[in-house]
Amino acid sequence: MTQRTRNWLLLAPAGTWFLVMLIIPLSVVLIFSFGERAPAGGVVPAFTFEQYANLPARWTAFKNTMTLAPIGTLSALLIAYPLAYFLAVKVDPKWRTILLVLVIVPFWTSILIRSYAWIFLLGGRGIPALLEWFGIEGVRLINTPFAVLIGIIYGYLPLMVFPIYVSLDKLDKRLLEASSDLGAKPWRTFLQITLPLSIPGIATGCMLVFILLMGEYLIPAMLGGGKVFFVGNALVDLFLQSRNWAYGSAVAVTLVVVMLITVTIYMRLINRLGANRDDVSIM
Amino acid sequence: MTKDSDYISKRKFMEELGRYRKGSITRRHFLNVTGLGAATAVMGAAMPGLRPSPAFAGGNIGDRVVIATWPNYHDPSNFEAFTEATGAHVQVNVFGSNEEMLAKLQAGASGWDVYVPTNYTISTYVDEGLIEPLDTSKLSNYDASAFDARYAEAGSVDGTLYAVPKNWGSTGMAVNTAHNGGKPISSWKEFFDISRDKFSGRAMVHDYQLTTIGSALNYFGYSFNSVDEAELADAEKLLIDVKPHLFAITSDYQPSMRNGDAWLTICWSGDGKQLNTDMPEIHYVLGAEGGEIWSDYYAIPKNAPHKDAAYALINFLMDPTVNTKEVLAHGYPTADARTFALLPDDLKNDPILFPAQELLSPLEFGAAATLTDPNRAELMARFKSA
Repeated sequence: MTQRTRNWLLLAPAGTWFLVMLIIPLSVVLIFSFGERAPAGGVVPAFTFEQYANLPARWTAFKNTMTLAPIGTLSALLIAYPLAYFLAVKVDPKWRTILLVLVIVPFWTSILIRSYAWIFLLGGRGIPALLEWFGIEGVRLINTPFAVLIGIIYGYLPLMVFPIYVSLDKLDKRLLEASSDLGAKPWRTFLQITLPLSIPGIATGCMLVFILLMGEYLIPAMLGGGKVFFVGNALVDLFLQSRNWAYGSAVAVTLVVVMLITVTIYMRLINRLGANRDDVSIM
Repeated sequence: MTKDSDYISKRKFMEELGRYRKGSITRRHFLNVTGLGAATAVMGAAMPGLRPSPAFAGGNIGDRVVIATWPNYHDPSNFEAFTEATGAHVQVNVFGSNEEMLAKLQAGASGWDVYVPTNYTISTYVDEGLIEPLDTSKLSNYDASAFDARYAEAGSVDGTLYAVPKNWGSTGMAVNTAHNGGKPISSWKEFFDISRDKFSGRAMVHDYQLTTIGSALNYFGYSFNSVDEAELADAEKLLIDVKPHLFAITSDYQPSMRNGDAWLTICWSGDGKQLNTDMPEIHYVLGAEGGEIWSDYYAIPKNAPHKDAAYALINFLMDPTVNTKEVLAHGYPTADARTFALLPDDLKNDPILFPAQELLSPLEFGAAATLTDPNRAELMARFKSA
C-alpha cells in the first residue's frame, strides 16, 4: 500500500461523515430555501427569493441573538478569566484537581434539568422572594432577557474556563519572575506577560462559546418564557409549528452566513493581534 | 436446580407475604417467588372465564408503547396498571399544540404508537395519509352508541373510523381572583385589557395558534376560527401590543399559576378544574364573546412501530372503570355515557366540567382550515419572534 492510498483510507471515515452529515444536509437546506411552503406545511420545489425577501420578519430574533451571544460570551470571559487564573496560578496544586473536577461536575447533569432549577431560582418564590425579605420589592427575573443571560453564562462558563486554564497552566512561570526581577509591578506583569500569553486560550474559549450561543435554543425557551426569541427558537417554530420549511431553510442559511462572516472577522482580528506579537498565534 | 428450590417453605412464603403486605415488593414479584402466579396461569387457562380480556390475549404486544399527548392529561397509575397487565411500558411524550404534532408526523418516523389529536385536525391527517383507519374488532371496549355524537363525529372521515373520543372540553381563562379584589373576569376583551394594565407581567397566552389567535379574534367579536386577512391583521396588532406585558407564551401554564408568578392565563377546562380544586381563588371562566369547544381523540399514526400495543393501550383506556380514573385525574368531561354513570355526583354537576348550556352555545369547534392556513401559522410565528 502506498503512502498515498493509506492517507486516503485514513481520511475516508471523516470524509464520509463530513459529506453525509454536513455537505448533503446543508445542500438540502439551501435547495429548500428557494422553495415554497406546501399547502398543509412542508415544502414544494420552486425557484423564488420570496423567503429571503421575507427575512425582516425575523429581525428581532437575529437582533436578540446578535446582542445576547456577544454579551454572554464577554460576561462568561470576565467571570471565567479570574477563575482560570486562580486555578492555574494561585491555587495550591494539591487542591487543583479537585477544584477542576468541581468545574466539570455540572456537566454530569443535563442542561435541561439545570435550567429547570433556574426556573425555580429566578421565579417569584426564588431570588425575588429573598430580595423582598431584604426590602427590595418588585424584582422580576424569570422570563426576561436577564434570566436568559444568567442561564447562558451559567451553562457555558466551563467551556470558557478550560481553554484559558490550559493556556495559563502552560505559561512559563520563570517569565513572571524575570518580569518581577526587572522591576515590573504585578499589574504590569499581568498586562504585558500573562494576558498576552493567554490570548490563545481566550480566543478558543470565546469562539467555542460564541458559536454555540449563536445556535442556542433551549435556554431562551426555558428561561425566556417563549418571549425572548433567538434565531434557534425561530427555526424550531418554523419547522415544528408553522411547518414552513422553505422559510425556515432561508432563515437557517442566513444564520450560517452571518456566523461565517462574524467568525471570519473574529479570526482576522485575533490573527492580527497575534501577528503583532510573533509569539502568539491561535492556530 | 436443586430439590430444595423447587418449592417454597411455609416460613419463606409467610415472609414474602409480609413483604408484599408492607408494599416492599410488587404483586408480580410476590406471585413469581411464591409460585402463585404460575398456579393462577394454569388455573386461568383451564377456566376460560378467568382468561385475560381479548386485547391482552394476543400475547406478546412488545415491551413498550409510545403515546403523544397533552400536559396533565392522564392518571399515571393507569399506565402503571397497563404495564402490570401487559408488560409493555408506556412512554409519554407531551406536546403543546396540534401543529407541533402534525409537524412531527409530517417529518416522518415520529416513533409514536398512539397520539391524541383534536377534532379539527383529523381530516387533515386523513388527507395527508398520516393516520391509520381503526379496526374496531381490536377495540372491544369501544362502544360507538355510548358516545355523544357531538364529541365523536370528527373521528370518522367519509364513513371510515380513524379516531375514538378521549374527552371533550372548553378553552376559557383561569384568573387568580385574589389579585382582582376577589372578582373573576368574564370576557376576552377584559382579558387582553387587564393584561396591559393591572395584570401587566402576570398574564399568559398559549404557545398555540388556534387558541391564542382565536382569543384575540374574539376580543374584536370576530369568529374564533377566522382566516379573514383583515380580521387576522387586527388580532396580530392586539397580540403584538400585549406581548411586552405578558408573563409568558406557553401551553404548560399550571406551574406559574400555582406558584403565584402568573395571575391570568388562557386555560383548558381540565387545567382550570385542577387549579380550582387545589387553589379555590383561581376561577375558570368562559369568555362571553365565545371561545373553543373541542373534543380530543385517540388515534394511531400510519407508521406506528408497535401497532398491537397501540390497540391494547387504547382499548385499555376505553374501559369505563379506567376512564373514570382518567377523568378524576385530568378533570375533563367524558363523552362516554358508561363512564359518566360511574362519576361521583359532585363531578356530574360541576360547573367547570359541564358548563350551563347558555355559556356553551357561543363556543365554536375549531375549523380544519385554521390548522393549515399559512397566514395564521405565520402570524403566530411573527408574534412569538416579535
